[in-house]
Amino acid sequence: MTTDPFVLWEESLPGGSIWSHVFKRGTAVRLTDTMGGANVSVLFYNADNFVERYNMPDTLKSQHTAHLTTGHCLYSDMGRVLASITHDSVGWHDPLVGFSNRASALAQYGEGPYQTLRNGWHTNAHDLIAVELAKYGMNERDFTASVNLFSKVVVEDSGAFRYVLDHSLAGSTVELRSDMNTLMILCTCPHPMAPGVEWAPQPVRLTIKRVPLPAADDACRLSRPENGRGFTLTERYFL
Amino acid sequence: MSLVQSPLAPEQAIYRQMVLAGEGWIHEVKQGQTFRIVDLEGNQAADTLFFNAHDYSDRYSAIDTMREQGSLYLTTGTALKTIHGRTLMTIVADTCGRHDTVGGACSMESNMVRYAIEKRSMHACRQTFVQLALEWGEGLEKRDITHNVNFFMNVPVTPAGKLTFEDGVSAPGKYVEMRAEMDTLVLISNCPQLNNPCNAYNPTPVEVLIWDV
Repeated sequence: MTTDPFVLWEESLPGGSIWSHVFKRGTAVRLTDTMGGANVSVLFYNADNFVERYNMPDTLKSQHTAHLTTGHCLYSDMGRVLASITHDSVGWHDPLVGFSNRASALAQYGEGPYQTLRNGWHTNAHDLIAVELAKYGMNERDFTASVNLFSKVVVEDSGAFRYVLDHSLAGSTVELRSDMNTLMILCTCPHPMAPGVEWAPQPVRLTIKRVPLPAADDACRLSRPENGRGFTLTERYFL
Repeated sequence: MSLVQSPLAPEQAIYRQMVLAGEGWIHEVKQGQTFRIVDLEGNQAADTLFFNAHDYSDRYSAIDTMREQGSLYLTTGTALKTIHGRTLMTIVADTCGRHDTVGGACSMESNMVRYAIEKRSMHACRQTFVQLALEWGEGLEKRDITHNVNFFMNVPVTPAGKLTFEDGVSAPGKYVEMRAEMDTLVLISNCPQLNNPCNAYNPTPVEVLIWDV
């Protein structure tokens, strides 16, 4: 139980499932990896104009980073901050390698029909995200790169990817502040590079709360001069 | 980095076209054809998108391409993957050595963030992408402009998770060549960026060639 008076509600999201919400400007979601080993692939859209959406290259190149943690902003393709990472106990979230699809999930985990497994059935991120986007009038043409919370993929000097095992321990938390009216699509399917053939997607706890708009001394605003301009452009959008 | 030369001679190409900096090119490359982009003067960025020519919703995906090959950089052997895991093209020759697909394309809006809000009115790749998509018709529009390949661009990532823009590894006459595994619509913006030292603040032409083999 929380005693934070700004908490609006809390809920649990099982592994292997999909969830979405339009986070109004001035709200935030704290995600808790309750069991350890969770992965949450998140897609971001401006809910007031869906054609404006999260842009992975703009996010990474404007902050000269290939991983995401506290102080980083998640940029739309229009130069605005859709969300920012205001708290992170993990230190690294993967923005690079996307999410599972039907073929990759079948190859890794085998058949897992609803008929026998009920809601423990084998799902894949691509199909879940496509259905969730359809609820907002979007489709596969609107797919973007995901931010894979709680997961770490290192890029070796050669360029080779290395998935890091046991990166997120039970109780790890990360908080995303919504800096616009931001549709977030959350999918808890396993990370596409997570090894193992046993279907064991992990749940997360969501804590949705009201938060202040970023102040002049906000850590995300000040983390880079680019982000100062990003917040200026975002604030102008709401004038 | 390993460099692979092509046996194909430019004189035998069935199609040759110069694309000036700040301009774009959109063209359908047929299955079985070979497609080359030449960095004529060196350290230029050819921002490129690929679509299944029979279903534009099935398009190049940077994240799927990188994950399926298990590494960040594109070079000989790289299969350019769609969001459905299909291979649009395979890189068969590369005299540059590596190419980027996490740096994206410049836009008026990202220039404001990266450089200065006053840079808004400078020409940018995503202007070219959207203009050519609209001119092509067939329903292509802004939302179809997803994360592209930057041929000849050098965007190293370190094991510590830092991303930098380095001077190109390209040079005059370097090229990358790919075989179309499917009929593929190719959309190029020859990058007009004047704010990035990668091209010595001097964007230059590229040439595209197609062989019927």
